[in-house]
Amino acid sequence: MKKLRRRCACLLVVGALALAACGGSGPSPEQESVLNRGNGVEPESLDVHRAASTEAHDVQRDIGEGLTGLTPQGELRAAAAERWEVSADGRQYTFWLRPDARWSNGELVTAEDFVFSYRRLVDPATAALYVKSVSDIENAAEIIAGDRPPSELGVIATDTHTLEIRLRHAVPYFLNLLTHPSMFPVHRGSLEEHADAHTRPGNLVGNGAYKLVDWQVGSVIELMRNEHYWDNANTAIDRVRHYVTSEPMSELSRYRAGELQVTRTIPPEAFAQMQAQRPAEVRVSAALSVYYYGLNMTVPVLSENPKLRQALSMAIDREVIAHDIVGRGEKPAYGWVPDGIAGYQGRRFPYASMPAEERLATAKQLYREAGFGANKPLRLELRYNTSDTHKRIALAAQSMWHELPGLEIALINEEFQVLVDNIRQREITQIFRLLWIGDYDDPHTFLSTLESDNPSNFTAYQSKIFDSLMQRAAESTDPVRRNVFLGEAESEMLADHPLIPLYFMVNKSMVSPQVEGWGDNVLNYHYSQHLSLSN
Amino acid sequence: MRILGAIPTLLLVIAVAFLMVRAAPGGPFDSERALPPDVEQNIEKAYHLDEPLPAQFVRYLAGIAVGDFGPSFRYRDYTVSEIIRQAFPLSMRLGAMAMLLALIVGVSAGMAAALHKNSMLDRLISAVAMLGISVPIFVVAPLMVLVFAVSLDWLPASYAGSAGADRLIMPIIALALPQIAYIARLTRASMIEIMASDFVRTARAQGLRTASIIRYHAIKPAMLPLLSYMGPAIAAVLTGSIVVEQVFGIPGVGQFFISGALNRDYTLVLGITVFYAVIVIVLNLVVDLLYGFLDPRIRSR
Repeated sequence: MKKLRRRCACLLVVGALALAACGGSGPSPEQESVLNRGNGVEPESLDVHRAASTEAHDVQRDIGEGLTGLTPQGELRAAAAERWEVSADGRQYTFWLRPDARWSNGELVTAEDFVFSYRRLVDPATAALYVKSVSDIENAAEIIAGDRPPSELGVIATDTHTLEIRLRHAVPYFLNLLTHPSMFPVHRGSLEEHADAHTRPGNLVGNGAYKLVDWQVGSVIELMRNEHYWDNANTAIDRVRHYVTSEPMSELSRYRAGELQVTRTIPPEAFAQMQAQRPAEVRVSAALSVYYYGLNMTVPVLSENPKLRQALSMAIDREVIAHDIVGRGEKPAYGWVPDGIAGYQGRRFPYASMPAEERLATAKQLYREAGFGANKPLRLELRYNTSDTHKRIALAAQSMWHELPGLEIALINEEFQVLVDNIRQREITQIFRLLWIGDYDDPHTFLSTLESDNPSNFTAYQSKIFDSLMQRAAESTDPVRRNVFLGEAESEMLADHPLIPLYFMVNKSMVSPQVEGWGDNVLNYHYSQHLSLSN
Repeated sequence: MRILGAIPTLLLVIAVAFLMVRAAPGGPFDSERALPPDVEQNIEKAYHLDEPLPAQFVRYLAGIAVGDFGPSFRYRDYTVSEIIRQAFPLSMRLGAMAMLLALIVGVSAGMAAALHKNSMLDRLISAVAMLGISVPIFVVAPLMVLVFAVSLDWLPASYAGSAGADRLIMPIIALALPQIAYIARLTRASMIEIMASDFVRTARAQGLRTASIIRYHAIKPAMLPLLSYMGPAIAAVLTGSIVVEQVFGIPGVGQFFISGALNRDYTLVLGITVFYAVIVIVLNLVVDLLYGFLDPRIRSR
């Protein structure tokens, strides 16, 4: 027995040594410049018409491009189209494609490719999840509803390199919508040949700076320089790997071990440590998203008591939540549209600048005026989904609300999918946690969610004044006048308090000092083609 | 006969799993962004979610009969069969190696503890085993990464961090640790019981040496409780540990099972459940056969 045991132990040691020896040889050849990016959870699809997550979009922005794109600083730039013209009424766009734009198999990118792609996006058979970008094009809504054939979409190729797009109404941010991956072209030939398998390595033909070479589900998506890309001469990095990093703490360990040069996020529990130890690598920038508590406006006690809603909003000390509880550079939100959108100044609650004590005193007074107090108690439920951060914020909000006499707030923790379902049903939900992430650099992406008929209007806010202001903004061709209407709409909505914005979120990534060309932008787009690596 | 008997069990598993996953609130396409009604309709049609539930169940069974688990609702570029085919071999390899390591170390430690009952060695082994059971993997695994990858830089921090076999060392150890502890305790308890039993005492009375008593009389019966533990344990380890997979970034079955459940990816959850059920049934069958080999009383029945 003893001898046997000794033999086993020997074998184990030898085995471990042999294993360790194997690991020495690295996978990448010399001189090649390789960028390893943490990309969060597994992207659900690389088909631009089927994906809806930022994880998928971040990979897609490397392997394809739309008519327009963004610079590292978030400004609009020409991409597959080299120039464009807009008609005086803002409803007709003409794009001239780059004559040297090519697919990764060497074929020319033509206007016909875009026509084919946009028709596929609206085709009910495609069952696309994300149709916002295309929905303002003439007949798009009718085609998605199945009332018209896809061929009637308002997109025409007038010749090989000229594309005309007609819109239902003027959309001032239309050029920004075109940067979204759902508006990238798909390659007709590979789609027809491989059908559902057209996004696999070897099958996928893209028009971006990189091409797909490997996809190990749950682990890594590997891209290589596309030599046929029109701007290949300016692409610095040869190979890009988007790693699945579903757990932020282990993503950070991988970054610290040198396996990643860019992370998707920075976990809250390690943020202070990273900022102290590696301040130059912590990249935090304002994001186009707001964290909020929605009020279900179909619940009578909430919908019939504007003063109660305002009291609930005013009793929250947003500074404490933004700085002390989340504390990664988030800004307290006293309005709905975040800062950082060019040409628009977000409207804020009049009590934004009030001292905290005065705000609480006013909240108490409004609460009393609404008819509640120690002798007329009120019980409300706050629902949030499973997460340490959400829980800590909810606990803080609960204790702040307890300052209002007789108000009892019950915290209910639900799994995300259950929470979303309950919010949609609008039956048992009273106050709920959610966030809204803007899709494009325009206030409309935030304000439109509160229009009466918007499916993402989870609070069920109905205001004729708000709707008509939004309508007038949509009809105005002058951008300054439009922003005035949008601003009035935001003020109107804020005064009604259908929701309680808590804080404006931030993009946060660890970026290695080796990486050059990283720019901060509200949409958090970081095309690999704009980055380079120093030694 | 036993194999045929497994079919009703499997059908029951499928039916219950199908109903449970559908009964869960929320759907696979719910998110912070509500879908326009027309878009929602198109998607439900594409995935046959607009059909009545019994029709969907029949469609699903018909697929399984030909080995098709359907398309994943979340990972829209892949079928469930493709995901399992990619993820399972890795989970199996890791699980098998971890189990082997756990068996070798766990049984040796358990035996040593039992044969030196109440000695310092026994106390040490028992204490370490207790620690191994009570300290969860989600504490041990990240700690291992911090020490061996971040500070010492001996091993890669993730599965994808290296192309060599060294990327498997930490995951295997992390997977094996709780199993080692459990197996050691099981072996120790069962060995002590056997060594105190009547037939061992008789053998001793006949003047046999301890070594041959252990070898010819004690080992086989002492392994019986371990064997019944091994069936489900192997099944659990083979199908992946979500914690180990997340910490080391391993593309195994475990993370797809969990993310499938959270995303309401009906077909993916069902597919992995059915796959898992098959493995459990097969392993239990194997355990039963081995039982007969180790215990003559069962064989004769």
